[in-house]
This record gives sequence, structure tokens and C-alpha cells, in this order.
Amino acid sequence: MSTVDLEVAPSPSGPRGAAIAAPRGHKLRLGDPLFRVLATVCGITVAVAMFGLAGVLVYNSWPAITTLGTKMLTTVAWSPTQGEYGALAALAGTALSTIVAMVIAVPLALVIALLLVELVHPAVSRVVGTAIEMLAAIPSIVYGMVGLFVIVPYIQDHLVPWVLSTPLGNVPGIKPGLQFQGGGLSIFTAGVVLAFMVLPFITAVSRDVLKMVPQVTKEAGYGMGSTTWEVMHKISMRYANSGIVGAVFIGLGRALGETMAVAYLIGSVYTDLPRSIFDPGTSIASLIANQFSEATRTLDLSALIALGLILFLITVLFQILAQAWLRRVQRATGGRA
Amino acid sequence: MKKSARSWRPMLLVAILLVVAAVAVAGCGSSSSSSTSSPAPSISGFTQVPMSSDTILGAGASFPAPLYMKWGSDYAGTSGVKLNYQSIGSGGGISAIEAKTVDFGASDAPLKESDLTAKGLVQFPMVVGGVVIVVHLDGVADGQLKLTPDVLASIYMGKTTTWNDASITKLNPGVKLPATKINVVHRSDGSGTTWIFTHYLTDAAGSIWTAGADKEIPWPLGVGGKGSEGVATSVQQLSGSIGYVEYAYAKQTGMTTTQLQNKDGAWVKPSIASFASAASHADWKASLPSMYMVLVNQPGQDTWPITGASFILMQKDQADATRAKTTLDFFAWGYTSGAAAATALDYVPIPANVYDLVQKQVWPTMTVSGTPVWP
Amino acid sequence: MSAVPESTSPPAHLRRRSIGRRKATDLTVKIFSWIGAWFGIIAMGFLVYEVVIRGAVAWNWAFFTQSTPQDVTSTQGGFANAIVGTIVITGVAALMAIPTGFLGGVYLAEFGRNGRVATAVRMIANVVMGVPSIIVGVFAFAVLVKPLQHYSGFAGSVALAFIMLPVMARTTEDILNLVPNELRESGLAMGAARWKVTLGVICKAARGGLITGATLAIVRVAGETAPLLFTALSSPYWMTGLFGPSGFFGGPVANLTKTIYDFSASPYPHFQTLAWGGALLIIVAVLGMNILVRLLFQRGKEW
Repeated sequence: MSTVDLEVAPSPSGPRGAAIAAPRGHKLRLGDPLFRVLATVCGITVAVAMFGLAGVLVYNSWPAITTLGTKMLTTVAWSPTQGEYGALAALAGTALSTIVAMVIAVPLALVIALLLVELVHPAVSRVVGTAIEMLAAIPSIVYGMVGLFVIVPYIQDHLVPWVLSTPLGNVPGIKPGLQFQGGGLSIFTAGVVLAFMVLPFITAVSRDVLKMVPQVTKEAGYGMGSTTWEVMHKISMRYANSGIVGAVFIGLGRALGETMAVAYLIGSVYTDLPRSIFDPGTSIASLIANQFSEATRTLDLSALIALGLILFLITVLFQILAQAWLRRVQRATGGRA
Repeated sequence: MKKSARSWRPMLLVAILLVVAAVAVAGCGSSSSSSTSSPAPSISGFTQVPMSSDTILGAGASFPAPLYMKWGSDYAGTSGVKLNYQSIGSGGGISAIEAKTVDFGASDAPLKESDLTAKGLVQFPMVVGGVVIVVHLDGVADGQLKLTPDVLASIYMGKTTTWNDASITKLNPGVKLPATKINVVHRSDGSGTTWIFTHYLTDAAGSIWTAGADKEIPWPLGVGGKGSEGVATSVQQLSGSIGYVEYAYAKQTGMTTTQLQNKDGAWVKPSIASFASAASHADWKASLPSMYMVLVNQPGQDTWPITGASFILMQKDQADATRAKTTLDFFAWGYTSGAAAATALDYVPIPANVYDLVQKQVWPTMTVSGTPVWP
Repeated sequence: MSAVPESTSPPAHLRRRSIGRRKATDLTVKIFSWIGAWFGIIAMGFLVYEVVIRGAVAWNWAFFTQSTPQDVTSTQGGFANAIVGTIVITGVAALMAIPTGFLGGVYLAEFGRNGRVATAVRMIANVVMGVPSIIVGVFAFAVLVKPLQHYSGFAGSVALAFIMLPVMARTTEDILNLVPNELRESGLAMGAARWKVTLGVICKAARGGLITGATLAIVRVAGETAPLLFTALSSPYWMTGLFGPSGFFGGPVANLTKTIYDFSASPYPHFQTLAWGGALLIIVAVLGMNILVRLLFQRGKEW
């Protein structure tokens, strides 16, 4: 069998559907129906698995939901020995670390994508792009380790003292709160490492989306005398807007659920809301990871799983939003994102 | 570029994966023989028959973990029975034995009689050790810094915030203390070490320390490390930090420990002698049947004030007599032959008369359908 | 939309400033682009560099042949049992997830197409791919560890398979969608059965992409830690057989990622060195497999 050039776009589904919907000839073929059933079952398995997951989570968190109700969402501290099952500290930490990560990663990713699409030779772009995609494959535990042994001391000994000595050190949100312990193990450190974990994803998708801007449109801009930045800014990015937002959502989703790197770096303080990015805190995922093995009583375990359910719902929400945005891109550009 | 019909590339990939799989299978086959620290065990031992394929699964406190793991590797060498000990904190140990996912749980926070009965567990002490204070201060030598319980409590309450605070410099004339913030490190998991430490602070500095005494407390401030391992690593990485860990963690990693002022007013450095001095005050007979014992802040000139015993928890109602006996055999070995390993890591072994109490009064209460599993 | 003015409308000095400013902005952005890109790339390179430097020290014969040390004073031992454990756990997960995911992808690409069911499955698969791996671990714990009252390598495999399944299905679908219709039509036109056309013609044509997708899915999952935290747990010993306390289905199984996590969080220099060695191994395996499959199977296609 000869090979196929895989870069050809597929034809729309209409003709294909018609071509193979017609029933087969006279010979009794068991293979086809069997195959079809098997494939369908496997396809549905994916959906079933998800509902199974949701169901197990709800079932196991039910005791906590009925006992605690919405108290979990209004209490700050997580302190099972004191009878407190508050998720607010974890939610705040998750949100803050994700925001820090996005603030660092998104501009960086866009700038790198810009570079790859407009400013360098296509071959270089391909090599660098591949390198970045491969960095997406590095497991989070490695990021956590490098973070703990290399970045934490640097932030504690150099970066934070420097920042605090500038006027920036008095800005609310940067000014150290009560829980401040030097800033080495903190929301900021976790956010920085998270940024580098989501950077490859956002860069890759942004680059793909920016490349899909039709050459003609860009050339029209150049033809009128626009500078590179003006073409990028007023033409390409407007065109690729939805796609980039979708990419950001995907990165967000990953940052929200990241466990290991954050567990290493965020400082594991469950009792207070962080007042500054240099304060230590916790995230939902790392709280579950740290506390799971010692959930002594049913309520403890159930509350942790309820926390997991909250995280699950948040990530599902973001995924759905991301899907919606990316579908807008598909419709707008007429191909797959 | 047209690819030839007989493409070698998928085959190459499959070949690589097969090699990897073969190595894995070979590795599994050699499972039995390797005692963990023996040099270069063979990788091709398909036909080796293990002496005994029993594995004891234990989980819990990080306090005695270095010792249990050492005992495990020594015991595997002599009896072939392997110990898989997971250091997940005392809270995790209690949780695991309640859920019956392990053969024994380890906790430095002993359970009271009522809890033991309610949970259907038995408890016995395995070893005594000391909790020490470690600091990360350049220019301060090991055992040089002096702290009193009041100062320690004040630091952990967040009232004393800088290293060159008057209360600290007063105790340490001549020691170069920086003007930087004290970064506090404590445990993030349910910890018997925390239980011992907070009991000490409540007992010795109760007017200042008001945050309670338990495996897990609402700490006024500080970052959390997972296990004594995590606290030690965090202190290593954060300059200007202070933490509390079991002594083996500090000694084996060369961290800077401090002196403490004990109940008698004397300045003590951590050492096995100072732990033993505290342990000598324990009246184990009176503590039966639960063997609940708190060893903090004991009297004595040489006593280390933050000493504690570490306990083993097992189900009272055992399902499998053989497994129970195998587990108890390991502990019997630990009591009778494990003293050398214990003292090498600066743990105080439980004396023979206490072992006698344990095996006569506690172990026979464990039964399988009514029949005691010991002796 | 500013056109370069060639006629005389604005005064000369204004004209010049406007061009100058635009060029200045353009130059500034270009400079920031280069700085930003270099910063990002250097940071990533720095990460790999650190792991290589710290981990290469640990790589010796003992590292690959001895099991993990238990004695905190020890300077011996290696990660051999953990490496084997990961291979076994990931292998079993792959056995469960790859065929199922592949057939699921076939369903999405060939049978379901744009139907209601397939669209729903597709969307759900995308959503599941975004679920944090720790939640999957919690799920496997609740289903396989808690009721059976023991940890097992199998529970870890199930958690990993759960993560792999939607990835494999979507990857398969994407790859199969790239195969042009003409191939399908010509196969069917010759009277071949549907399943034969799909497996023998389409998949054969797309096999480069399929193998790449499967390998990348396996490799990605091999580096996961969170799903194994409360399922396979860890062990300092080799796995012995299938059942029983050290068996694959019966008890905790040593695995690379959890062992690295435990050892890297420990304060002993030797243990930390071993952890770095493990981290280096993971990076080499992950990046190596990525490069390998791309070199072998991708000609010009970037993803």
C-alpha cells in the first residue's frame, strides 16, 4: 500500500457519508457489524469513564456535602483536627498562583509565538517550535525539583529582598502579609514554575493559530507600509484572537490542576488567606496530595474528596469554555485549530 | 520522499520496546534475592527461589522512619522477610491501620485508652528519640545557639520575628546573629513529631504558647514541610529558617542544631544520653494497657526536654494469624537484636523489662477468632 | 490603518515624527520579542541543564541494577526496582488504554463522525483530558484501594489508563481524519469489508501518526506522579509476582516518580542525588522517545 501525504486536509463529511452508508452486497459479513459495535462501545467508554469519575466523586463526597453544606466554601482554614474544613485558603492559593503563572506565561508565549511566526527563518521556527513542544512533555515532578533546589534559594536570598527594597515592595499584594516567610516557598515561586509549565502549551497553540492568518491579508498590510508590529498587532492578533484565548484557557486549566510542582513550592499553609504573592499558601490539588493519606475519619476523607470535586468542576468549566472558544476559531478560519 | 513498502521504522520502534520489556521482565524475575544494600545483585535470576516471599507493610511516623527502614533492610538479610515502611506521618499511620491497608501503623502521638478501644487497636512503644531544633544561619555552628522554651514558643507564635531580637541575643552573647526575619518551618501533615513538640511548648512555655498541642494545629505562622524529611529539606533551602525534626534527620545531614534549656535550668545538647535520661523517667508499667506516655520536659540535669516515644499500632482483631505472627516476629527481633542499629542512629532502645511487659500483656490481646496470635 | 502619506496633507515635521514613532515602536517590540524569546528558551535550557548536571553524577551501574536504599546512612543502592515498576505499571495501563482508545478514535473518525453521540463523546474526551491527574488518582483510590483495603500497582495502572484513554482516542481521530477520503472510497469500491478498509488501508496509511500518538501518550503518562500517590504508593523492593503483598495486584509497587518524589524531599545528600538521577532518567526517556518517534515517523509534519 502506498503511503499518504498526511498534510492534505480531509474532504467534508457529506460525500464520505454517502459513499459508505450504502449496505453491503449479498455475502453475510459479521466482521463489519462486529467492528462497528466494538468501535462504538470503545467510543462510548470514554464518555462513561467520565461520568463514572464524576459519580464516584459525588458519592464519596456526599457525607461531607450533607454535613458541611456550603460551609466549605465560606470557611478559610483547613484544619480537620479543629473540625474546620474550609476550602477558601486553598481556592485563594489556587487562583493566585494561577494568575501569577498566567501573567508571566501569556505575554512571554505571545512574544515567542510572534517571533517564531514573523521574525525568524521558517527552519529556525520549526526547530525552536519543536523544542518548545518537547519541553511540554517534561513531567511536573522535575519542574518541582528544579524549583525547590534552584529557584527557591534564589528567590529567597536575592529576588525577594531586592523587590522589597524597591517601591514595589509596598504595593498591596506584594507587601508581605502575616504569613510571609522569606518568599522562597510561596505563591510566587509556585506561580513562576507553573508559568514555565504552561508556557509551551500556550506558545504552541498561539503559534499554530497565528500561522493560520492568511498570507494575503498580511501582505496587504505590508503593502500599505505597515511595520511588522502593526501587522501583528492590528491584523494577525485580531484574526487569531479567539484561538489565543482558547490557548490561554487550556494553559489555565493545566495550571489549576497542577499538583506536584505546586506541592513542592507553595509552602503548605492551610490556615490563612495569602495577603501577598510572596506569602506561602496552598492550592486545592496540593492540599489533597498532602492531606490524603491521613484522612482518619470518614468526614475527613469525604471532605477531601469534596475538595477534589470542586477542583474537578472548576477544570471542567474551564475546559468547556476553552472548547467553546476554539470552536469559534474553527468556524472563523474554516479548518481545525 | 516516498517510503518503501517494507519500512523498517515501525520495526525498530517495536524492537526497542521489546528490549525494554525484556529488561523489565528480567528485573521482575530477580525480585527475590536482592537485599537492598547488597552490591550488584544479578539481573537474570529467573530460577532463584526466595527464602520467604513475605512482605510486611507499615506506614506512619517519619520520626522513627530512619530506624525502621534500617531495621527492615537488616531483618530482610537475616530472615528474608521484607519490610515496606512508608513514612507518611503519624496521622497517616493511624489512618492506614484503621483502614487496614497496612499490617501496622506507627505514631509518635499515642492514642488514649478510650480511642484504642473505640478503634479496636493495640499500642506498644518501639523506640525513644529526641526532637531537635534546626536552624539555617550562616556563621552559627552546630550546637552553638542557645534557646529557652519561652523564646522558642515566642518564635513559633510569631511574637519574636528577627534573629537579632533582644531575647535571643541575650542568651547568645558573642554569636553573630543577623537582623533578618526568622522564617518558621513546621509540619504540613498530621505529625507525631508536632504532637511531641507542641506538648513540650504547652508544658514548658504555656503562658506564651497558646496554639494547642496535637498532631495538627492551626499554626500562627510558618511554612509547612511534609514529614520530618520535608521540614529538614525546607530548612536546608530557606536561609534564616528554623524547624523541628527528629534528631536522626539533623545529625545524618549535618544540619545546625541548637541547645535548649531543660526543666532543671541546664543547657543541654541533643544526644542519645540526653534522650535516655528523659526516657529513664518513664513508668511503663503504670501506663498499661494503652501504654500512653508523654516524655517531654522531664527532670534531670542531662535530660533533653523534647524527647518522645514512638509507638506501633496494630489491629486487635487480626484476620490472618500467620501475617500477624510474622509482623510480631519482626518487632520481637527489633526489641532483642535491634539495639545496635538504634543507638547508631541515636535512638534509645526500649529496655528489656519493658519488652517483657509488651509481649506478656499487650501482644496476647491480639487474636484471630479468639485465639491469641502471640506467643 | 495609517497609510504612508505621499501627498502634502500633514506638515513635514509631523509626518516624520509619525513614521519615526511607528518604527520605534516596531523596533521596541522586536527587541522585546527577542529578549522574551531568549529568556524563555534559556530558562527551559537551564532547567534541562540543571537536571543533567545534578543527575549525571548519579548514573552508574548500581543506579540501574540495585533497588532503593533503606538505610539513610547508605551510599549504595539504585533505582532499578522503581524503573522496572514504572515500566510494568505503565505497560499494563497501555494494554488497557491503547486498544480501547484506538477503537474509540476509529469510532469518532469513521462511524460517529459528526453525529450527536460522537460530538458528545468528543467533547467529553476533551474535558477528561483536562481533569487534574490527582483527581484521577482519588478516583482510583476510591474504587480500587479503599474497598479492597490494600494498595496495588494495578490501581495505579487503572489511574494511568484513565488518563491515557481520551488522549489516545482524540489522537487517533485526528490522525485518521487526515487520511483523504479517496483512500477509503477506493478500498470500498473494490468490495472490501468496512473493517478491512479501516484497519488494513486507512490505519496502515496513518500508522506513522498512530504509533507516534500511542508512544507519546504512554510516555506522557509514565512521568505522572499524582495518580500513583495513593494507588501504587511505593516500595523499596522488587515486585514479586501478581498477588500477595508484593505482587502487582496485591500490594504497593515501586515506581520511579513516587520514589523520586520521596527521595527528593528527603534531606540526605545521597538520596537527593539518586532522585536527581531518576529525574534525569525521566527527562531522557521522555525527550528521547519524543525525538525518536518524530524522527522515525514524521516527515515534515510538526505535530
